[in-house]
Order: sequence, then C-alpha cells, then structure tokens
Amino acid sequence: MSLETGQHPVEEPWGALILRVRDAQDREAFAALFRHFAPRIKGFLMKSGASAALAEECAQDVMATLWQKAHLFDPSRASAATWIFTIARNRRIDALRKSRRPEPEDLPWGPEAEPDQQDALELAQETERLAEAVALLPEKQRSLIERAYFGDLSHSEIAAETGLPLGTIKSRIRLALDRLRHSMS
Amino acid sequence: MTIRHHLSDQLLLGYSSGQLPEAFNLVVAVHLSLCDDCKARLGAFDAVGGSLMDACDSVAVAEESLAATLARLDGMPVAPLPRRGSKTVPAPLMDYIGTDLAAVKWRSLGMGVRQAILPTDKGASARLLYIPAGQKVPDHGHRGTELTLVLQGAFRDETDRFGPGDIEIADEDLHHQPIAEAGVDCICLAATDAPLRFSGLLPRIAQPFFGI
Repeated sequence: MSLETGQHPVEEPWGALILRVRDAQDREAFAALFRHFAPRIKGFLMKSGASAALAEECAQDVMATLWQKAHLFDPSRASAATWIFTIARNRRIDALRKSRRPEPEDLPWGPEAEPDQQDALELAQETERLAEAVALLPEKQRSLIERAYFGDLSHSEIAAETGLPLGTIKSRIRLALDRLRHSMS
Repeated sequence: MTIRHHLSDQLLLGYSSGQLPEAFNLVVAVHLSLCDDCKARLGAFDAVGGSLMDACDSVAVAEESLAATLARLDGMPVAPLPRRGSKTVPAPLMDYIGTDLAAVKWRSLGMGVRQAILPTDKGASARLLYIPAGQKVPDHGHRGTELTLVLQGAFRDETDRFGPGDIEIADEDLHHQPIAEAGVDCICLAATDAPLRFSGLLPRIAQPFFGI
C-alpha cells in the first residue's frame, strides 16, 4: 500500500499550512503538507541519483526539518515549495556529497516585524507565474535547467552526458534564465 | 557598505541548485550575508528550483512513512534561530574560523602576505589571505575559477577596485597582480577550483610547499 501521489484537492495554500504548523503545531496541517510534498521530494532526490530507500528516508528528514524550522518560514520571502526545495537541496548535499553547506546569514522576523500579508500574496502570485513560465520554456531549455537543478552535475558533466558543447549549454541556460526573467517583468 | 561587484548568475544558479563545491558555497554564502541585492536574486533562483520540484514526477512514499515521521516529531527540539555574524566575519565564516579575525592562525607566504587554509571538501579549496596595506600579491593566472571576496580593507588589480563585500570572479583569461590599498591591511576570503599559476620563478617553486 502506498499513499496516493497525485491530485489532492487544495483546501488551503501550502504556505498557510506551514503557518499552522508554526503557530499551533498542527499535525493535520503537517500531514497535508506531507502528502503533497513528500512524494515530490522523493522524486526530486531520485532524479538526483539517490536510491528509492535513501530518497524516502531523506524525504522524511526534510519534512521533519520543516516541523523544526516552521518558525523561520516567511511567506513574504519564499513560497512553501521554494522553502521546502531549499531544505531538500541541503539534505541532498548532505546525503550524496557528505559535505557542509555554508548558509547565508539571515535575520529572523521578530513578532514586531511580522511579514506583510500583501507582500506574501504578491510573492505567491509571482511564484505561480514563474512556475507557468518554467512549464512554457522550450523543451531543450527546460531540460537543461532541470538537469542543472536535479542532477548533481556541473555544466561540464552535463556536456559529457548530453554531447552538447559546454558553450552551447551555458548559452541555453542563460537564454532560459533570460526568458524567465522576461516573463516575470 | 556599498557593494559594487556582485555574484554572477552562474554562481547563483550553482549555489541554488547545490552544485558548487563547499569552498565556493562558502564564498557565495558570505557575499549573500552582506548583499541584499544578491540575496533577492538568489530568491528567484530558489523559486525556479521550488517550481521544478513541485512539478516533478512524484514517487509514492510508503504508507507508514507519514506515521513514522509524525512519531519523530514528539520531543523534537525547535531549530535554533540563525546566528548573527559581523561585517568582517559573517555567520557562515564563523563555522570555519570562530568570531574573530584576530584569532586566525596565519602562515607566512613572504613579503608580509599571510594565509590560512580553511578545511573544505575537495573540488575546490578556500583560504583567508592577509595582505599588508600597500603590498602586492605575486602576479598570477588561473587554470580554473578563483573567487576573491574582501572582508576588510581593499585591493586593486588590472580590472578594478574591490572593497568590503565585493567579489572578484577571475577565470582563466584573467592574469592579475592584486595590490592592497594603502591604509588598512586587506583581508580576503578566496576560493579556487584549481591551483593558481604564478608567473615569477620563485613563487612557482614555492607554490607546492604553501599549497596554493
């Protein structure tokens, strides 16, 4: 038996669920987040070269970290998916490369500096537009961008794998980034 | 602090996607700690990663996985608040050298120039460089990429002036001779993914001994 991985009705935006975890240690909200994100984190880690067993273990770790770090989540600066991606990426570096990951200094929001609702809403809209723009990228560009994020590969390793010269890869990635930027402005 | 030299898109993409070696991650994280512009740009790269992950083919997790994770949450400590560093030793660097530049154990490279190698994974190496005010660093080129971030003081080379927070991204094409500005001694955090290539005979002979 396995949890369903596909369509779950979206009752509440994911960011709001993280805030319920943060403010009320709400386990139902956590379970809803788990059902949506754990299978995606697992898929992401397997694409990066982790075995199914390791990916599953790491997906659990990532979700447990979400619980521990919920008080650091700021919906005006990152969407739920973005924030969870950064946790999953760090877990991947730890698991696959076994190296440290220096993180930038980040000032926490105190209660007096509760992030603005309007900012959070705008960020959510921007993120949605970005997701649409990524989905609309020409296939060649999207697959290279995906490779850069999913595969634990440098540009020159991508070159060896795809047979494309390094200059072409760099220019395609740059083009894809330009397109994304353009579609956001 | 007015930062004039910023991270490239390529470095931000590499940092966001987690492809950079630890030494580069460190330099990038230190710059990000000092530079709100680059932090905002990083946010956009992270958002791309988030939307790719969200759109990624999901793989079913075991039925008992949720229960196992919920069981782990009991008594789990809340993550500590992020650390605060200073302008000269931002938080990510504190994990390597502590809080004080004055406590760094330097090794002399001659002519008053000193370095301290920081322990990182292989793939690239990181070091702190101490260049007395007005002093030249030996003329050198690079086989790979060299990142140099100013923590204190300033230096100039053939390309421009680099002050606190500025990052110089030097590739194979740049052959330069940095000179610390007069006034304050210059301290930089540098990372390279290949040994530097010194032009003078003496530094070239000395290079293997100093590990640079």
